[in-house]
Amino acid sequence: MSHQVLIEETGERYDCGEHESLLVAMARSGRRGIPLGCRGGGCGVCKVQVTSGDFTAGVMSRQHVSEDDQARRCVLACRVFPRADVSVKVLGKMHRAVCTAAGLGPVPASK
Amino acid sequence: MAMTGVLRPGHAQLRVMNLEDGVRHYRDVLGMVETGRDAQGRVYLKCWDERDHSSLILREADRAGIDFFAFKVLDPATLDTLESDLRAYGLTTERFPAGELLETGERVRFEIPSGHLIELYAEKTAVGNGLQVLNPAPWTPAKENGVAPVRLDHCLLYGPNIAEVQKIFTEVLGFYLVERVLTPDGDGNAAIWMSCSHKVHDIAFVEHPEPGKLHHLSFLLETWEEVLRAADILSMNKVPLDIGPTRHGVTRGCTIYAWDPSGNRFETFMGGYQPYPDYAPTTWTFDGLGAGGGLDYPQRKLHESFLTVVS
Repeated sequence: MSHQVLIEETGERYDCGEHESLLVAMARSGRRGIPLGCRGGGCGVCKVQVTSGDFTAGVMSRQHVSEDDQARRCVLACRVFPRADVSVKVLGKMHRAVCTAAGLGPVPASK
Repeated sequence: MAMTGVLRPGHAQLRVMNLEDGVRHYRDVLGMVETGRDAQGRVYLKCWDERDHSSLILREADRAGIDFFAFKVLDPATLDTLESDLRAYGLTTERFPAGELLETGERVRFEIPSGHLIELYAEKTAVGNGLQVLNPAPWTPAKENGVAPVRLDHCLLYGPNIAEVQKIFTEVLGFYLVERVLTPDGDGNAAIWMSCSHKVHDIAFVEHPEPGKLHHLSFLLETWEEVLRAADILSMNKVPLDIGPTRHGVTRGCTIYAWDPSGNRFETFMGGYQPYPDYAPTTWTFDGLGAGGGLDYPQRKLHESFLTVVS
């Protein structure tokens, strides 16, 4: 069964099956908005808050999702499988850490 | 070059969030050989052509990443010497007894300023590569199981203070700098590739604010054809690919980056060149890493994930 996902920031909507993660379905549909990382619950870049709709969640790194986070439905999109239509807010960011560490400004994003 | 002191990368212990998913990935898809399980539940694997007992240890944990990366040194006397050299340099070292890791001798562990735990050891049981030592065949059926790399080749770690880390590896452990990427202002190094051998890298670091991060463990293939075959096998098994197949400008390696089921990145690659300690390091500007093709020579772009996705 398929459900609809809404990315609140961008207004993007796409379909996601119950056995497909929110992140993989986004990538498959060609939509953008949630940063795409390891897709294994380990790197943390795809963190979202599910603001409405039921879901099940797979194992994800405690380094990125604390028990409090999980209670507030702040989870990794690559580990979230919808049980109803869901809306998400994007929390994860793709920091270009090498530059910020050196106290330098961001470099232009590659095309 | 005479091979003394630190010989080569020996083993890495990786955290996985589901042990059996991790074992299936490294044993059945990557094609490593499972060589043991210990009382703690850790699983030991080696590449088919490696002779020592294990090069990868998987530990189930609530987060991904790397516990430690270890180098094999020539003999126990070398281990003692290097331990005293590390202490004289001002680092704290800790000894782990023989057998704490299966079939592995005493290990000397120390933390480097990037927040990573590095180990040295001199002894690990030689279980062989499945071929006789006298008049051997060139390969075994294990060479065709999965991706089947020949060895754990190197790792790339992300953390702070890589200038300090470079000093420890070059001044105490006998490594030399092979290539580097400058910071955007050109005043320091954003990334360094170091060798203790004739390889383009035995370990590499990228400057990064969070300590102790893993960018990737790398496994060696022998031909470009095998890299393309690896891409097919990874895709058939729905392993998420990050970059490639392509060629790095840095080191000239022909590569695929992909992620294991816990989000630890790994590389399967071939090629490079054979540096010597007297070579001047190859230098890339920060723009050179992206538009200069340092990361991806054919595409000449700095893939977003390279500087942002670590475990």
